[in-house]
Amino acid sequence: MTASQIRPAPVRRNIFVKASLEHAFAVFTAGFDRWWPRGHSVGSSPQKMAVLEPEIGGRWYEIGEDGSQTQWGEVMVWEPPHRLVLTWRVDADWNCDPELHTEVEVRFTPEGDGVRVDLEHRKLEAYGERAQEVRAKIDNEKGWNGLLKLFAAEAEH
Amino acid sequence: MPNMNRTLAAIADPTRRQVFERLADGPRSVGDLARGLPVSRPAVSQHLKVLKDAGLVADRAEGTRRIYEIDPHGLGALRAWLDQFWGDALAAFKAEAEKDPS
Repeated sequence: MTASQIRPAPVRRNIFVKASLEHAFAVFTAGFDRWWPRGHSVGSSPQKMAVLEPEIGGRWYEIGEDGSQTQWGEVMVWEPPHRLVLTWRVDADWNCDPELHTEVEVRFTPEGDGVRVDLEHRKLEAYGERAQEVRAKIDNEKGWNGLLKLFAAEAEH
Repeated sequence: MPNMNRTLAAIADPTRRQVFERLADGPRSVGDLARGLPVSRPAVSQHLKVLKDAGLVADRAEGTRRIYEIDPHGLGALRAWLDQFWGDALAAFKAEAEKDPS
């Protein structure tokens, strides 16, 4: 890490929801499966259910049609009904990577006759750092190079 | 967004990040970039190639020199992808939360 590194700006979105603060927070968390788009899926099997366990340390995961579970991250900060911070360990190719650490913060603020929901996805530079590590691992004797040598040795028998 | 990992991997290297940051000040040639950096000119060229392949940097000919500059669309592609992803998710959330507000 250099002192002046490039940090991709966080992605920020917000939306206004005409509902009470408590209701909005409950639907977002305990009711996660009711609204999460099915197409936003990581598992090898089509997504049957998406779960956000409503507690600190709770798991954030999906359940596939075949019953398999794929974890996306976990609950880091749990401050109902105002704030929620989750880790998001899904890479750009929709693979889960337990070593990847990006964060999604969601804040719920009363506004007029509803709630303003602010979402921030940050620490995006982790994608780059992780990809670099993975590349280094693959690029050595134990990784693809080694496998290719084994393959070549076998193929040349 | 299949190139997203590659884009971010390109700036994970500290030296490469320095090269990229120098370009943030304005377009420069390889020679300009190499001056003041603790790496050789060929190394800078190699970093520029990675940055270019990742869509972070663009180059153009100026006489006999090549001038490099930040490609504004590079990081934008990553953020646009995530932006749309979360936008879709929040729209679905709003629809559900407003179904039966209490």
